[in-house]
Amino acid sequence: MTRSCPEPPPAGPELAAADVAIIGAGVVGTAIARTLARYALDIVLVDAAPDVGTGTSKANTAILHTGFDAAPGSLESRLLSRGSVLLRSYAAAAGIPVERTGALLVAWTPEQLAALPGIEAKARANGYQAIRPVRADELYSSEPALGPGAVGALEIPDESIICPWTTPLAFATEAVAAGVRLLLSAQVNGVCSADGGHELVTARGLVRARWVVNAAGLGSDAIDAMFGGGGFTITPRRGELIVFDKLARPLLRSVLLPVPTARTKGVLVAPTVYGNLLLGPTAQDVPDRADVATTEAGLRSLLAAGRRILPGLAAEEVTATYAGLRAATEHADYQVYADGGRRYACAGGIRSTGLSASLGIAEHVAGLLGEAGLPLPPRPGYPAAPPAMPYIGEAGPRPYQDAGLIAADPAYGEIVCHCERVSRGEIRDALASPVPPADPGGLARRTRAGNGRCQGFYCAAAVSRLLAGGPGPAAGVSAETPGAAEVRPR
Amino acid sequence: MSGDVAVVVVGAGPAGLSAARELRRLGVGSVLVADREAAAGGVPRHSAHTGYGLRDRHRVMTGPSYARALTGAARAAGAQVRPGTTVTGLAGGPDGSRLVTLTSAAGIETVRAAAVLLATGCRERPRAARLVPGDRPAGVMTTGELQQRVYLGGERLAGRALVIGAEHVSFSAALTLEHAGADVVALVTEHERQQSYAAFRLGAAIRWRIPVWTSCAVTRITGRGRLQGVEVTDGRTGAVRFVPCETAVFTGDWIPDHELARRAGLALDPGTRGPAVDTALATSVPGVFAAGNLVHAAETADIAALSGRHAARQIATFLTGGVLGRDRVPVLAEPPLRWISPNLIGSAAPPLGRFVLRSREFRRGARLEAWQDGRLLARSRPVRLIPERTAQLDAGWLDQVEQAGGPVRVVTGSRSGH
Repeated sequence: MTRSCPEPPPAGPELAAADVAIIGAGVVGTAIARTLARYALDIVLVDAAPDVGTGTSKANTAILHTGFDAAPGSLESRLLSRGSVLLRSYAAAAGIPVERTGALLVAWTPEQLAALPGIEAKARANGYQAIRPVRADELYSSEPALGPGAVGALEIPDESIICPWTTPLAFATEAVAAGVRLLLSAQVNGVCSADGGHELVTARGLVRARWVVNAAGLGSDAIDAMFGGGGFTITPRRGELIVFDKLARPLLRSVLLPVPTARTKGVLVAPTVYGNLLLGPTAQDVPDRADVATTEAGLRSLLAAGRRILPGLAAEEVTATYAGLRAATEHADYQVYADGGRRYACAGGIRSTGLSASLGIAEHVAGLLGEAGLPLPPRPGYPAAPPAMPYIGEAGPRPYQDAGLIAADPAYGEIVCHCERVSRGEIRDALASPVPPADPGGLARRTRAGNGRCQGFYCAAAVSRLLAGGPGPAAGVSAETPGAAEVRPR
Repeated sequence: MSGDVAVVVVGAGPAGLSAARELRRLGVGSVLVADREAAAGGVPRHSAHTGYGLRDRHRVMTGPSYARALTGAARAAGAQVRPGTTVTGLAGGPDGSRLVTLTSAAGIETVRAAAVLLATGCRERPRAARLVPGDRPAGVMTTGELQQRVYLGGERLAGRALVIGAEHVSFSAALTLEHAGADVVALVTEHERQQSYAAFRLGAAIRWRIPVWTSCAVTRITGRGRLQGVEVTDGRTGAVRFVPCETAVFTGDWIPDHELARRAGLALDPGTRGPAVDTALATSVPGVFAAGNLVHAAETADIAALSGRHAARQIATFLTGGVLGRDRVPVLAEPPLRWISPNLIGSAAPPLGRFVLRSREFRRGARLEAWQDGRLLARSRPVRLIPERTAQLDAGWLDQVEQAGGPVRVVTGSRSGH
């Protein structure tokens, strides 16, 4: 059964055949990789980008959802409930910044107020019982900076904020430590399938694997079509977001959610684990799967919404604006299935809950693969403890605040990025890590360097020099070096 | 607690270093200057062009030599200058002292100071804070980043470059870009004309023939990975054109680095966005002073230096038990004026005996007037107001201010006909 061999493969390093190739190293793909790595399988994790977690995974609202508002009975509801529980405990063990701020779903009109009991009932149908109605006076005593006109709310005490960057990095780090081969800058352009397995035609050469898992996010429909699927089409839905200065953080305690519409969860205001406030997202369908540009109309509409929700924002400085694309499809639910005949599994159409559900999706996919006939022999020594990730949140001590750490290694007292208080020691560690950054953005996702209010006025030149100095040959490699993106365990 | 000092100065730029030297000259025992950058000197360290030192050192030198001279002078006077040291905490201590937390490679220590001078300077608003939409490619930066890349890092920047802004610093950015090998396409300003000195402008225009596109705004950034160009919209006609370039430098649009001031609970002035200061440069917290471009972003380095020297004299008075006024009359700038500094009337004349201001609009032959409770205190000679350019108001009228009266309002009087 040979399918779609579009072109002869370009010259490149040929990798030994793997048991499983996972396409997509976003939060879903890396979660699947670390989950499958608990079994004695030879796994290769492939991504088009030079780093893990660069697509939807890096540009979202950074909320660890409970799944209270998912469609009851849907796969998304089930995997979200399960995934958020798994991720909460994983994050605590791995040092992924999470803060249980809780959320308030605020009604601003009588119509919205009338919709709250339905949302509460839906949460209970999803198995989430901690939700409760909040009167306007209690709402304002809890969030005194809230704009005038709120008439009531629902409290969802377990909604949390999370670091969306450390999460896929932790999964990838754990996977690499378990022997998963990471092949970056390797866009999959085609596939040749035969009885023995699949040959992925990638920008870095052929990748052979007996089984393939599609976790390609915005490209998951295209990959699915290559494998004879084609049951869904991604229409990227762009969300623009505004990050406010850390000095605005005291304006808000919890996440403020709007009453959702059929199309979108609406514009929220949320604290971030880095100590900023986040406003967004917009929701606009765009034809281009790489179009993460912000727009004047989008930013203007967000600022207008922000002024209504939290009037104090108007006086605060904006630190950053960005946009991300959610992998929306024509279906309401995730597109997750496995086909033993094709030795293929798909985890596509993960619209906007992939971060929260990632470990639930991974567990589910592993189960589907086992049922479809992939042998899952246990790997000796596994499951292992999650990796200890550098802590880049504000809820716990950062290296610059740790006198003992600085005494042991003065590089942690040498602050390079002043706005985010990132030390030279942390940058050095990131460059020498098992999954090192490929560019300044990658370094920022690992350390926060350059993400602050000055956007590089003070530190960008120094950070670039540290990045160019790069890691020593024994410590790690840069994705720019040929053959370098394949990171092996140390 | 690892020691007591008389004064901690936060920031080793022109204001902080000049203050430290003056404090020592006035006999203040121990002066510690902390700066978070790897070397002392502040912004002049990476401004390779000349023009520094005119009004404070009475000679003209390049930024780096000026930075070295100020650092050397502070050290020679006996101040302890510690670069690579971030002030990570500022809180009230016993007996009216201040507790200052210092973080560096040497560790974390807290010193007790009788007084603190904040001289943390200012920075340019980056593209994101200006809400310029579009892609987020590499190649978009501020002048501060550009100068550090070129003058501290020795980077070359090939290709076309666009400078956003047409004030002094914008022309400085154009010089830096040319020095780095870039071809400067134009300076773009939303104002109806450029705002730099004629001679400087002429120099830039004649030597490199750089046009200034007035009444134009950059409305979109394009490029995935690397900058490909920007969209420029003409505010008069609405015409939009795409300008290919590999570098875009956002210049000016200064904001004080007020994080420490805000976190320490100092009252801010809504106009300058720095800490509110009186004419003695005292803030709302007793024993905490602020000087330089933290309180007037951005004046030239020599003006910042003289502001630091002024603060030092007031701090010396404070340390010897001198009373600094408590009931301070606010000074408010009214539109089209954006801000005035200092913004409270205290126990001294302001630095150089004058207030500094900014205007939102161009005005020719305008007279600045100071009013209190319907009473005209002073009217200036006709002055020319230019956005982002300094304007001054002599403070000779301070003795007429009624201490128990309302705020002093500074307004732009009617055109004088000049």
